[in-house]
Amino acid sequence: MTMMKSIKHGKPTALALVAVAVTAAIATPSAMAQRNPAYEAARAAGQVGEQPDGYLGYASSPTPAVRAIVDDINIKRKAAYTSGAPQGSTVEQFAFVTGCNLIAKTKPGEKYKAPDGSWKTRDGGAPVRDSRCP
Amino acid sequence: MMTATEEARRQGVGGRCLVVMMGMVGLAGCVQIDTPDKPIEINLNINIRQEIVYRLDGDAKKLIEQNSEIF
Repeated sequence: MTMMKSIKHGKPTALALVAVAVTAAIATPSAMAQRNPAYEAARAAGQVGEQPDGYLGYASSPTPAVRAIVDDINIKRKAAYTSGAPQGSTVEQFAFVTGCNLIAKTKPGEKYKAPDGSWKTRDGGAPVRDSRCP
Repeated sequence: MMTATEEARRQGVGGRCLVVMMGMVGLAGCVQIDTPDKPIEINLNINIRQEIVYRLDGDAKKLIEQNSEIF
């Protein structure tokens, strides 16, 4: 902000700098946002896993804390799918394609649900996904 | 008293019956393979065409990137 005061010449430059500063302030937190540690731990421990429908599921019977984390994230995911579904597609379709990507992105040791409904632990190889996944 | 030819004929009939029975057992086996003891779970009843899958793939990747805290 002190830097901005020193620049007195021309409004457009100052406006541009403000715009850059505002953009950086907004963009940085979302780009930096990471999973909360409890969620990360539940994933790593195989308590929760990715389902083909684009939502999280319980790979083993959950503790109340794990249930709360999963419920919270699934509500936020549903909101993201609902607002993000492109025209001409349904929320379920968008969630499904996202789920394909999320299962592909699981790390070794994490759980995911195969198309037959069984929970699998991701290993070094490719995960078992729905045949319609891209 | 049974003649040699009659015995051979009876054995032939018996053999044929055995083949038919084995065939039926085999057939029954095939049918059993088609019906598993527990029902197939269809957990994702979603109707999506392949072209839509590919069209949505880029948007899905962007969504994951921009909302990394919930994925």
